[in-house]
Amino acid sequence: MSQETLEYHWGKHHRTYVENLNKQIVGTDLDGLSLEEVVVNSYNKGDLLPAFNNAAQVWNHDFFWESMKPRGSGGGKPSEDLLKLIDRDFGSFEGFVNEFKAAAQTQFGSGWVWFAYKDSRLDVGNAVNPLRSDEDKKLVVVKSPNAVNPLTWGYYYPLLTIDVWEHAYYIDFQNRRPDYISMFMDKLVSWEVVNSRFEKAKAAVEQMEQEDERKRRQEEERFTSDEAPANAVFPDSDTD
Amino acid sequence: MAARSLLIRKTLATVLRRDSAALGAPAAAHSRGLHTFTLPDLSYDYGALEPAISGEIMELHHKKHHQTYVTNYNKALEQLHDALPKGDASTIVKLQSAIKFNGGGHINHSIFWKNLAPVREGGGEPPKGSLGWAIDEHFGSFEKLVQKVNAEGAALQGSGWVWLGLDKELKRLVVETTANQDPLVTKGPGLVPLLGIDVWEHAYYLQYKNVRPDYLKNIWKVINWKYASEVYDNESS
Repeated sequence: MSQETLEYHWGKHHRTYVENLNKQIVGTDLDGLSLEEVVVNSYNKGDLLPAFNNAAQVWNHDFFWESMKPRGSGGGKPSEDLLKLIDRDFGSFEGFVNEFKAAAQTQFGSGWVWFAYKDSRLDVGNAVNPLRSDEDKKLVVVKSPNAVNPLTWGYYYPLLTIDVWEHAYYIDFQNRRPDYISMFMDKLVSWEVVNSRFEKAKAAVEQMEQEDERKRRQEEERFTSDEAPANAVFPDSDTD
Repeated sequence: MAARSLLIRKTLATVLRRDSAALGAPAAAHSRGLHTFTLPDLSYDYGALEPAISGEIMELHHKKHHQTYVTNYNKALEQLHDALPKGDASTIVKLQSAIKFNGGGHINHSIFWKNLAPVREGGGEPPKGSLGWAIDEHFGSFEKLVQKVNAEGAALQGSGWVWLGLDKELKRLVVETTANQDPLVTKGPGLVPLLGIDVWEHAYYLQYKNVRPDYLKNIWKVINWKYASEVYDNESS
């Protein structure tokens, strides 16, 4: 990835998103929130608020730069744990790479492709998956258009991303997006960062599961206590 | 007698070949009843629109991007052609996005090349006649139209097009944007594209980098209003 590309991509595109976002949120409800909160709030369940594009693009580009490392600064590969899961969910590391590349090539228009750890939680308020197993949590490759990212979908923990907006590769590769994707996968991905994100994701999911357990036990204890709620129904009682 | 039939056969063959070429269909596909699309030629050199649009961009845009849309459109249509008689419903539905994207790309870019002309062939000359009057009527002035198109084009997130169109039902001009390669008709079945400006980054990046507004400001110098007027006159009668 050439210096010229970075000067424009980071120095102009990313910088403009940051500057415009700051201008947009000053004095509004979004002012003072963390970047992630601004992204989720302005996503507004799909009814995008004006700040969303800038906020999400700021987050996406931060994540993108951190996903890479300079060529030649050591190899790096997926950790053993991560590799095990990759083998389970994609068949092999090559299988994962191919799926990632294919997704990046077929994202029509502008967008991003994500390698993410997906939790198995049901997205229904306080519903808890009663049959949780490690099999439900999996690694996935997903695409998103324009500025959308998995933060807005919930329960996704992004591990790696590639920017497939044309500005990301046009100076170096012109229309040859597949060449850009291959170069990125072969030479630029920082697996150290991906590994550490994976560890954090697993820890976060475990913490939430423990929270769920705790809440579930609390609910149980409530119903088995001597004081039944006033509106409780006991189908076996002799009321007539 | 023999000589005459030889001559007739030769003429028939020439006619068939000529018709095939005009339709852009190689003989094989033509005989299967499947039309094959081809990349239209530009009526000007790649460098003829400079300095508004560089020759480098024009060549990449035409020879690579548009050609890829054509190639992939044909591929998708062939797959559709095979799936239809089999009644393979899921394949038919699965192909829709590829057809919309690549077919739209072919349609939109074919219009775009005709929307542009070198300065010495009238590029940049504002429209006169009925389209000129219609623009004044609907937008107030030509300058206001330019401002509106530029504002909408600059504000478009991601990839897409900004259009000046004719709404045939309401009989008025409109400025619209479409995302990705969606043709103008996706915004309304009665909409006819008069002028489309490609605001995908590939249309301007090598020359204007991230400064899309500069590209929009400059492209008016090579807009071919003669073509837009022709379409307007044909469609509004």
